[in-house]
Amino acid sequence: MSDDAVLATRGAAGPASGAGIVSLRGVGKTFGATVALQDVSLEIAEGGFVSLLGPSGCGKSTLLRVVGDLVTPSHGAVEVAGKRASEARDDRDYGMVFQAATLFDWRTIRRNVELPLEVMGWPRARRRERAEQMLALVGLAEFADHRPPQLSGGMQQRVAIARALAFEPRLLLMDEPFGALDEITRERLNDELLAVWQRTQTTVLFVTHSIPEAVFLSSSVVVMSARPGRVVAEIPVDLPHPRTVETRESARYFALVTEVREALRSAGA
Amino acid sequence: MRSGVRRALGGIALPVALVALWEGYRALALALGNTWPGTDVALPVVVRGTGNAQQFPHTWDVAAAFGRPYRGAGETLGAYLLGQVGFTLREVAVGFVLGGLLGFALGTLFAHSRLAERSLLPYVVASQTVPFIAFAPIVVVAVNSVSWLPRWWGVAVLSTYLVFFPMTVNTLRGLRSASPQAEELLRSYRTSAWTRLWRLRVPASVPYLFVGAKVGATAAVVGAIVGELSAPSSQGIGAALFAFGRVSNQSVQLFATVLVAGAVGILSYLVVAAAERAVAWRFTGRRETR
Repeated sequence: MSDDAVLATRGAAGPASGAGIVSLRGVGKTFGATVALQDVSLEIAEGGFVSLLGPSGCGKSTLLRVVGDLVTPSHGAVEVAGKRASEARDDRDYGMVFQAATLFDWRTIRRNVELPLEVMGWPRARRRERAEQMLALVGLAEFADHRPPQLSGGMQQRVAIARALAFEPRLLLMDEPFGALDEITRERLNDELLAVWQRTQTTVLFVTHSIPEAVFLSSSVVVMSARPGRVVAEIPVDLPHPRTVETRESARYFALVTEVREALRSAGA
Repeated sequence: MRSGVRRALGGIALPVALVALWEGYRALALALGNTWPGTDVALPVVVRGTGNAQQFPHTWDVAAAFGRPYRGAGETLGAYLLGQVGFTLREVAVGFVLGGLLGFALGTLFAHSRLAERSLLPYVVASQTVPFIAFAPIVVVAVNSVSWLPRWWGVAVLSTYLVFFPMTVNTLRGLRSASPQAEELLRSYRTSAWTRLWRLRVPASVPYLFVGAKVGATAAVVGAIVGELSAPSSQGIGAALFAFGRVSNQSVQLFATVLVAGAVGILSYLVVAAAERAVAWRFTGRRETR
């Protein structure tokens, strides 16, 4: 299949090689008098799937933006792929997915996926080819010529994922990407995201406030507390892959959900 | 089919009602001798005069006037007014384009600089609160004294003055309508502000630009006609209004000209609305179902 060819370009490195692709040391952020983040230190292994979980206002979205160099931290050091975050942004290491799909209504689905490639100056034929591969990857090839409003919310979010991965960023930053979707769609997209993650081996940093979602998706769940936003626990998730409906019904899954919930509660949330 | 008939009926219902109201009032006023019943207090509008000098003419006399020479002999009123419409529309077009560009430029400046917005926007607003009829003659005369511009540019500049404001406001709103996430998305690709303007903010603003353009299109007509009226000019719908309004024996022609002035306003609105229907769906992704 053509999309395998895309993925083969990076396949050799393999997931979870252990090298920290994201490294935060003593990161703090204040907005005026508000302390959004306090003394956050975190290592994320290459190829990992790490969830940031916490109550609203705990600064998890801010932390995501600090990693993505969209917010400058007030204190501390941020290193991405061995570089400063701003250099990582120069190198187009970040793919982003938000809660709203943020598709451009004046572009077709195909040209939405081409958008990052366009601003990065890819030649037209290569752009088009890549967009089709990415749409095939998320199962939306036949919708290439549709407009965003013609697609359901879940489909729009799949387009957003295809767009984020089109230029093969090393890091996929997702800010509550499925938060606005119904439970059924959300679970289906969880399955799809895991499949895409395993095939592309992109490192994912995933913000959510859903405990089941965080446990099901992640290789590690980072639990945060609010005011000021701090990391209170980091819980590795040892559920085997591929994760399926059985995973959601396994005893280990429930044990982990409970463990994460306890960690949240003890954080005083 | 049925809905087509209903739409056609809906379309003519208002004109028919207006004609009926007009003629009804006219008949009533004549029957009452132009006074309130039992008193000799005059009605607010008095029906008086005959022929071209009627002060409250029959609608059909106004309609018939288009087909007759407007000055004893020669050109019909319809042909004469058509020529004046052409003259006015040229001023309207120039005013619309200049005002549109100026408004877009100002809106873009304000969208990108809070400082510019804070320091200049109050003056832009103030410019529209000054009754422009007061300075219209000054503007027209001043611009017309610029030797390398054609004479009608004075009126076009006045038209510009009315168009740029709705365009500025709607451009500003439109450019600000892009979601912060979309902005962040493009920033995560390390794009320049210029790229974000043209890839995101301008396309997102298109529906708003059409709102501004529709308001601007009718304002451009008002500006042109008032400009023609307020400064000595011999051509254009405004000049015709002035000529027919000055003398009492051409009130039928005056009414006909007022109708034409209204039609010009509607026409320029419809042109922009048609352009919107043809283009706007490309930017919203939704085809209007009307």
